Amino acid sequence: MAPSNQPLIVVDNLCKSFEQGEVLNHISISIREGDLVSVIGPSGCGKSTFLRCLNCLEILDSGSISIAGVTVSRKSPKDPITDDLLEKAHLLRQEVGLVFQIFNLFPHKSVLENVILAPMVVKKESREQAEDNAVRLLKKVGLEDCIHRDPSTLSGGQKQRAAIARALAMNPKVMLYDEPTSALDPELVKEVLQVMRDLDAEGMTQIIVTHEMRFARKASDYIVFMDKGEIVEVDDGDILFTNPKNERTREFLRHFEGDAL
Amino acid sequence: MRRSLAILGFAVLLALSFALPGLAEQKELRWGGDTEGGAPYMFQDPKDTKRIIGYEVEIIEAIAKQLGRKPVFVQNGWDNLIPGLQRKLYDVSIDGLEITPEHKQEVNFSIPYYATFLQLAVRRDNKTITSLEDCRGKVVGTLKQAYSHQVLEEFGGIEIRLYEDEINAYSDLVNGRLDATLFDAPIAVFYAGFNPEIKFVGPEIGRMEYGIAVRKEDKELLKEINGAIVALRDSGELRKIYDRWNLWSPMMAKEFNDYRPRQADAVMFNEWAELQRPEFTFRDRMKRYAGFMPVLGRAALTTMKVSIVAMLLAMAFGFVLAVARVFGPKPLSKLAVAYIETIRGTPVLIQLFFIFYGLPNIGIKLSPFVAGAVGLGLNYAAYEAENYRAGLISVPKAQMEGALALAMTRWQALRHVVIPQAFRLVLPPLTNDFISLLKDSSLVSVITMVDLTKAYGQLATTYYDYFGTGIIVAGIYLLLGLPFVRLARWAEGRLAKVGNMARLEEETTEELIASKDGIL
Repeated sequence: MAPSNQPLIVVDNLCKSFEQGEVLNHISISIREGDLVSVIGPSGCGKSTFLRCLNCLEILDSGSISIAGVTVSRKSPKDPITDDLLEKAHLLRQEVGLVFQIFNLFPHKSVLENVILAPMVVKKESREQAEDNAVRLLKKVGLEDCIHRDPSTLSGGQKQRAAIARALAMNPKVMLYDEPTSALDPELVKEVLQVMRDLDAEGMTQIIVTHEMRFARKASDYIVFMDKGEIVEVDDGDILFTNPKNERTREFLRHFEGDAL
Repeated sequence: MRRSLAILGFAVLLALSFALPGLAEQKELRWGGDTEGGAPYMFQDPKDTKRIIGYEVEIIEAIAKQLGRKPVFVQNGWDNLIPGLQRKLYDVSIDGLEITPEHKQEVNFSIPYYATFLQLAVRRDNKTITSLEDCRGKVVGTLKQAYSHQVLEEFGGIEIRLYEDEINAYSDLVNGRLDATLFDAPIAVFYAGFNPEIKFVGPEIGRMEYGIAVRKEDKELLKEINGAIVALRDSGELRKIYDRWNLWSPMMAKEFNDYRPRQADAVMFNEWAELQRPEFTFRDRMKRYAGFMPVLGRAALTTMKVSIVAMLLAMAFGFVLAVARVFGPKPLSKLAVAYIETIRGTPVLIQLFFIFYGLPNIGIKLSPFVAGAVGLGLNYAAYEAENYRAGLISVPKAQMEGALALAMTRWQALRHVVIPQAFRLVLPPLTNDFISLLKDSSLVSVITMVDLTKAYGQLATTYYDYFGTGIIVAGIYLLLGLPFVRLARWAEGRLAKVGNMARLEEETTEELIASKDGIL
C-alpha cells in the first residue's frame, strides 16, 4: 500500500436493486493501483453483485464507477440506459478482466483458442500476435502442456488458470475474481491463489471476492467486509481478523475461528 | 364426374378476383387436366408413359385442330383445375368436369360434349341388390364429393363410404368391405368391367353432362369452342372417338340424335382390356416397372430439388427468426413470434395454395417450382426457428457472460461463442426435419408439379397397381432420405457430446458449490 499511488478505481455511492430488493446500498470506495483487495462477507451480502457492477455485467442503478479514467455514472434507476452509457460500459470492460467461479471457458474451443478469441475479435490482433501472447500467458500460469487440449479434459485448477490467462490476454488494468476457488477441490486451490500472488508481485490491481480467509489475511493489502449491501469495515488483514471494530464483522468471523485462519 | 370443384372453395375465392381479360394466345390452346384422373378420361399411355391418352385428350385435340391452334397440355390436380384456369395457367380445362349450377358460378361451360349416368355394381354372387332401393341399410362406396356421392346422400338410408379413387373402392367391393359401389358409367366400365368377381346391376341412375370450362371473360373463345363441338358432332368425328373408347350409349344416341350402328372399332377399349387380362407374367411385370423408371426418376429429381432448396431457405430464414426472437429488441421479437405461431398454426397446404393461387391477386406470380420451394421453405423456417431457439437457450447464460466480460459486443459473443455451440445441438433435429420435408414435398402436386407421390398416383391408376408401384416409390423415398438419416446419426454421435459439455460442466460445479456452501 504505497500512499503516493493515485486511485485507479473510484466507486461513489453505487446502488443496485433487483426485483427481490436492494442488493448494493451506497457503496463508496477508492482502490489504488497495485492493490490486492479481498472482499469477504456472508452469502447474499452483495459482494458478487459488486464485482459484476464493476465490470458492467450489471448496469448500476445510480452512483458512479471510474476505472482507469473511464467513468460510468447514472443519476437514478429511472434514467434510461442510453447508448452512450453502454458505450462507456464497453470501454470500461476493456480495462477490466473478470474471472468467474465456474470458469466459463468456451467448451467448443481449445485452451489456446479460448485465450486468443477476444484479442482477435475485439482488439483485431492478428492470429500470430494473439497466439504469441497467449502462449506466453499460458506458460505464466503453468499451462504450457495444455495449450491444445479441450477445456473439458482439464482439472478445475487448470481450468481456472486458463480462465485467468484468457482474461489477462486482453491486457486489463484491473483483474476481478468472483469466488475463483469456490468450485475447486481443496488440493487445487493453492495453484490458483499462487497465480494471483504472482500477479500481485508484478503490480496488477486485483479485487477478489473469496471465502479463503487465510489467503485474504496473508496476501491482501487490505480486506473489505460487506454485509447487507453495505461496506461495513475496511482494514488491514491482521487487524480485521484479530480486532474487528464492528460487531457485524465479529459475528461473521466467529464462524471461522480456529478453522481457516 | 368426381369430386366437386367447390371442395377447395378457399383456393377458388383467392383465384376469383384476378379475372383480367388476357390476350388469348394465337397459336396455342393450353388446356388443363389431371392425368391421375385415369382411364378412359386421361392417363399415361401404358405403352409409353411419356404420352397422355384418353377420350378427353382426343376430343380437346380435335377441337384445337378445328380452331387452328396447337394443343398444349398443362398438368394440374383435379381439385384445382378451376383455380388453375382462373390463375391463367391454361386457357381451358377438360377432365370430365360436370356442368352444375355451382360450377357455373365460377366459370363458363361449353355445351355438353358427353352425357352419362351412374352405374351400380355388386359382387358376382350377390342376389339381393338390383337397385338403389335394395341398398338401404347396406354399405355403398363412391368417390368423395362426386355427383354419385350427392345422389346417395339424397336417396337416404344408405351407409356411404367415400374413396379418393375408384381402384380402392372396387377392391373393397371384392374383399367384402362394401356391399355395392356407385360410379360414373365410364369409370365402372373401365375399372370394374373386366373383373370376373364384379357385376353391374340395375338401370341407369341420374344424368351428368361434361363440358369444357372457360374463364368467364373469354366469351369469344367459348363461342369458338361451342362451334367446334357442334362441327365435330355433325361430322361424326366425336362419335368415332366414343366408339373407339366404347363409350357410346343409348343416352348419347338420344343426346346427339344419332342412331347409326358403330362407326369405329373399339380399339382403345380393347387395348385397355388386353392390359387387364390376369395372365401377366413376373417378367412382364418387371419389364413394366423398368419402364416406370424414367418417369419416377424425373419425379424423384423434382422432389429432391424442391426439398433441398426449401430446406436451405428454411435454415437461413429460420436462423434469422430465432435470433430475432431470442436476442432481438421487443418489437422484432414479437414479430418473429407472430410469424412462427401463424405459420405453425395453419396447414402448409393452405399456405401453398395462398402463395400459388392467392398472391397473383397482388401481382406476385411465381412459377410452380419457386412457389413450392418458397412455400415449404417459409413453412419449415418456423419449425427450424424453434429448433435454433431451443439450441440457443440451452447454451448456458454463463457462456454469454464469459464472452461479454472479455469486452466482446453482444453480437460478437453470439457469433463466436453462443451460436457455434447452439448449432452443434440443433444439427440432429435439423437433419430429421429435412427427412420430414422430403416427404412433405409431395404437397407440391397441388400446384401442378409432378413429384414422386404424384407420379405414383398416375402410374398406379394407369396400371391398376397400387401395390407394386407403391413398393417401388417407397423404396425411392427411402433411398433419397438415406444419406440424410446417416448424416443425422453421425451428427448426433459426434456433436451432441461436445454440445452437452458446457451444460454438464455447469451442473457439476453447481453441485460442488452447493456442497461447499454448507460450510458457511
